[in-house]
Amino acid sequence: MLEIQNLSVVYSNGVEALSDVNLQLNAGSIYGIIGPNGAGKTTFVKGILGIVPAHGKVTYKGKSIKSWAKQTAYVEQKKNLDLDFPISVLDCVLLGTYPKLRFFEKPGATEKAAARKAIQQVGLTDQENRQIGELSGGQFQRVLIARTIVQDADLIFLDEPFVGVDVNSEAIIIDLLKQLVAEGKTIFMVHHDLSKVRDYFEKVILINKKVIAHGPTEKAFTKENLIKTFDVLDNPLFT
Amino acid sequence: MGEALQTFISDLIEYPFLQHALSISLILGIACGMVGCFIVLRGLALMGDAISHAVLPGVAISYILNISYFFGAVAFGIMAALGISFLQHNSKIKSDSAIGIVFSAFLALGILLVTKIQSAINLNNILFGNVLTITPSDRILTIVVAGVVITAIFLFFKELQLSTFDPVMAQTSGLSVNLINYLLMLLLTLITVVSLQTVGVILVVSLLITPASTAFLLTKSLKSMLWVSALIGAFSAVIGLFFSVTYNLPSGVVIVLTATIIFLLVFFFHPKSGLLWQQVNKRRPKTA
Repeated sequence: MLEIQNLSVVYSNGVEALSDVNLQLNAGSIYGIIGPNGAGKTTFVKGILGIVPAHGKVTYKGKSIKSWAKQTAYVEQKKNLDLDFPISVLDCVLLGTYPKLRFFEKPGATEKAAARKAIQQVGLTDQENRQIGELSGGQFQRVLIARTIVQDADLIFLDEPFVGVDVNSEAIIIDLLKQLVAEGKTIFMVHHDLSKVRDYFEKVILINKKVIAHGPTEKAFTKENLIKTFDVLDNPLFT
Repeated sequence: MGEALQTFISDLIEYPFLQHALSISLILGIACGMVGCFIVLRGLALMGDAISHAVLPGVAISYILNISYFFGAVAFGIMAALGISFLQHNSKIKSDSAIGIVFSAFLALGILLVTKIQSAINLNNILFGNVLTITPSDRILTIVVAGVVITAIFLFFKELQLSTFDPVMAQTSGLSVNLINYLLMLLLTLITVVSLQTVGVILVVSLLITPASTAFLLTKSLKSMLWVSALIGAFSAVIGLFFSVTYNLPSGVVIVLTATIIFLLVFFFHPKSGLLWQQVNKRRPKTA
């Protein structure tokens, strides 16, 4: 279980980006993190992982989440990555083996085989040697998912993986994610497209600077909660 | 030219001082080429420029204190890096301004000190480099430091690669991205300082950036980029030595021009990515 106690994130200019989150989340599910743009979804994830300075305590299975670094994967928004970087599909997926390698250890045959297997699962075997800038958005996202598979992490955080991704890639990815959950992993996905929420997520966390609601999708993903989350109380389209 | 080349090679065989100059040029070309890859990929070119200019007062002060230039230069290089960081994080000054403010101040201070000292430090040699005048102890220092830098890049390749490409994944998976950043800044400072006497304060940044940028245009993997950049760096350094010896020119100047010519050739003429070919391909009707 992932336990989040009093998590809050304050920017250096004093603005509170996320206030007092308290959650107890069971492992082995796929959670959708839903909310308006700029209202703290990514900050929520970064706060949990300690990538941004945060107050509060986050533990997984009783131990501080920082101690689970090697079992944690975070795939940030792909727009933040440099597509001109000299790295091929295979080399990018191989990066997923690095956390488990020792200091001077280089990835060997075992690691390459694992990478190739993951590349096959995302359907990119014949693109293996392409430089990442030569891929479409959907293909590149699949590469990042293959990298995550290779990491074999228990906790997986994905930030808007379906932005700029074709329908086919999205289907391949969501299938693989469901397989990972079936294997016992826990997945948190920041997601922007409200239309697919019921299909993709067993549970949701609705965020707008704080947690508005959370729980099983049928119970938490309601019109009332959405109105509160997206601040559209006065919007005639919603009432 | 052919005759000059023959003279150069026979001089090389005969004179140890030329052999020393050659070995320094080679190892510096390789080391700068390799460090330069990370500078280019991380967008730190301006930072590299800043550190190289900022070490000048350190060189002058080392002379005043009668110690090796190395310590003063490294100290001032680190101070400049810290000063820049301080300005960036404690005010709304943008990062490029912070860099500009600090390094021009340090450089001005350095030139002031050097001209006032009016001593054996030949300002020309420091500003533009003269690989032939390097003393034996400095030579050993240069080769050792360059060797350490190259070794560090080999040893920390995975960490440097991951933290450069995806610092968020690196951080999440437990790698201290800050530590790797400091390591890279240290390697940059070290290699800049030992390259001063060969390429000079003004131009050393070019040996860091130009071969690496050329390699960036040519390669699809970081490993290849490192190799190609090292090769171009070494080649430029050797050509620099040849012209500086034959025509009595400052070595740094020729090294930079050589590296730049290579870059331009690749930029325009490389099949697929070269500008010329891009234009040709635009006009050619695409076959299905």
